[in-house]
Amino acid sequence: MATMTLLAAVRDALLTEMGLNDKIVIMGEDVGHNGGVFRATEGLQAEFGEDRVMDTPLAESGIIGMAVGMAVNGLKPVPEIQFMDFIYPAFDQIVSEVAKLRYRSGGGFSCPMVIRTPYGGGIRGGHYHSQSAEAYFAHTAGLKVVIPSNPYDAKGLLIASMRDNDPILFMEPKKIYRSMKGEVPEGPYTVELGKANVVREGKDVTLICWGAMTQVCLQAAELCVPRGADCEVVDLRTLVPLDEETILESVKKTGRVVIVHEAQRTCGFGAEVSALIAEEAILYLEAPIVRVTGLDTPFPYTLEHVYMPDAERVALAVGKVTNF
Amino acid sequence: MEMAQTASKKKKAGSPARAARAKAVTKSAGSKASASKGTAKSVLRDDCFFILNENNTVDAKREPKLDKALLLRMYRNMVLTRAYDERGMMLQRQGRIGFYVPSTGQEAIQIGTAAALTPTDWVFPSYREPGVCIYRGASLHTMLCNLWGNADDVSKGRQMPVHYSFADLRIFSISSPISTQVIQAVGAAMAAKIKKENDIAISYNGDGGTSENDFHTGLTFAGAYKAPAVFIVTNNQYAISVPLHKQTACTRLVDKAIGYGMPGIAVDGNDVLAVYMATKEAVDRARRGEGPTLIEMLTLRMGPHSSSDDPTRYRDEELFKAWGKRDPIERFKTYLTSKKLWSEKEEVALKEELKALISAAIETAEPVPPPSVEELFDDVYAEKTAQLKKQEADLVKERELRGKFINTSEAFPL
Repeated sequence: MATMTLLAAVRDALLTEMGLNDKIVIMGEDVGHNGGVFRATEGLQAEFGEDRVMDTPLAESGIIGMAVGMAVNGLKPVPEIQFMDFIYPAFDQIVSEVAKLRYRSGGGFSCPMVIRTPYGGGIRGGHYHSQSAEAYFAHTAGLKVVIPSNPYDAKGLLIASMRDNDPILFMEPKKIYRSMKGEVPEGPYTVELGKANVVREGKDVTLICWGAMTQVCLQAAELCVPRGADCEVVDLRTLVPLDEETILESVKKTGRVVIVHEAQRTCGFGAEVSALIAEEAILYLEAPIVRVTGLDTPFPYTLEHVYMPDAERVALAVGKVTNF
Repeated sequence: MEMAQTASKKKKAGSPARAARAKAVTKSAGSKASASKGTAKSVLRDDCFFILNENNTVDAKREPKLDKALLLRMYRNMVLTRAYDERGMMLQRQGRIGFYVPSTGQEAIQIGTAAALTPTDWVFPSYREPGVCIYRGASLHTMLCNLWGNADDVSKGRQMPVHYSFADLRIFSISSPISTQVIQAVGAAMAAKIKKENDIAISYNGDGGTSENDFHTGLTFAGAYKAPAVFIVTNNQYAISVPLHKQTACTRLVDKAIGYGMPGIAVDGNDVLAVYMATKEAVDRARRGEGPTLIEMLTLRMGPHSSSDDPTRYRDEELFKAWGKRDPIERFKTYLTSKKLWSEKEEVALKEELKALISAAIETAEPVPPPSVEELFDDVYAEKTAQLKKQEADLVKERELRGKFINTSEAFPL
């Protein structure tokens, strides 16, 4: 067991699984010689060669389109989109091709791949290096959406993703790439996809979150202790497929819900979770569901700390549902 | 210098690249008018590689020594493709299927390219290459079931007609978005290269498709990686209604090869011998590890874009008539007949045989029932999610409550 950053855990997962599965090929902008702009693939090209860790031309649609053909011809691509904000040129390949291939070919073809991409704010990146675009992809049948919140999950979920038979969007919370450290076992292990994690148990309020917001919710839970609320924190880990059971179990226990995400509010994934709870557990609720989210504005540069949910804003929302 | 690139400097005598160079006359980029106005002596651009002359004779020096069986196989499949297209359009006009996309006039391109491949090469077609499926041995029954979107359709009724998919023939599932397959072909080619397999990948798109992002990324990546790939651009001069000169200021699409650092060749797309020879050379080069090639196949779309389109609204009638005299099947038939490889008697017998073949396939395909409601939920993921299972159970319950689902869909408008 070693203590490592979330970023190191991502790299460790790639290194470990590439050693076990020679079909895995990484491709992306600067991922080869340079080891990626965040260094998530550092040293992998030296270890596995240029055929398996490929620097690509600067074209996201090309990266994903090439991965489709590689997957169809027997490889397991793990393409990297350097920042999630740059994923939109590949939107057609992801939504029209990657997600629909198995369905449209009646199962004749499939293209399991893991599209890794750093997402989220809090790094002074302005609106083109800060977005949290999970909702677009969670809205697309055929894709899975996985978002780790800590080093242990990052390695286990990434290895599980590389062993899965479906295409996966693997969103890495770059704000906590280096600030978040934790114990990570050596060698291969998996964290099951589609299973949420109750990272803090509590009886009064359920905080539902994913990725970097999990730490924010844990901090908020501590803030709420002296204010008299005992919060349970549910880290979804996988948005698609969604672990409805764990969500509903927690909600039925606490009767109060705050959903927290960085992405803007309207049609954010929080709306889906909110609707699920309203449909399946409304009679258990003691207060209206509250969402703490990014604003319905583009992501700002200077005032990003105002835009992004923080522990105090979450704690205020907890106050709102407990004092209803 | 008409050949788009330098990589083919060491061409053997008699190769298509060399012949095209020999034929080539340097012209300024503004020379498109002669083709689009149809006033020139020949509508074929003079940089195009050809084997059949305009009067369908062959210069003995250029004539490829092809096996009789191959020639007749190509001819049979061209005629079958034409017949399939005619029946497809007829089925749509009779209201028996909802939509069809004919490839009339483009049979030489489809069959000549398909004939240059091995069975394990990868094919990434557009929706106007039924002949490639036919040549590679796709079952007519299965193809027709796609037109009905019924339970025997490979796509289980999930795609519109003419969106075939044959995994066992390495024919990639056809998409409606344009040129997405070009970059995907590069991926399949690169996978073969990485796995040290000898297969190559070929992709097909039209002239309109060269404007798309994925055409650009596909050729950029292929050039950068020297991918074992061949890119067929079927320049049929119209993207639905938009003529080439409104599509792009590039008058010779083959010139785009220069920008991607690969050899390119323009070919008379209505000359199956030229199509075959040019494709074979490009395929062989890819297989030898010498990288990709762009081939522009010049032709004219002789039918509508689709069964919903009326080309008389926009087409250049003079051009249409001129290309009509260059029918690829007629030209090939004249050649075969002159070589005593084909006779009118055999022609009559072949047409009868193929007509019966298609009729029999229609007879078995048309009555196949639609896919089941339950099948809607298969193949979204490798395994059904809890959400899909619940939606399936809800839908089955709804069916029990209401008895049936009512289809109020209108005819497809485009």
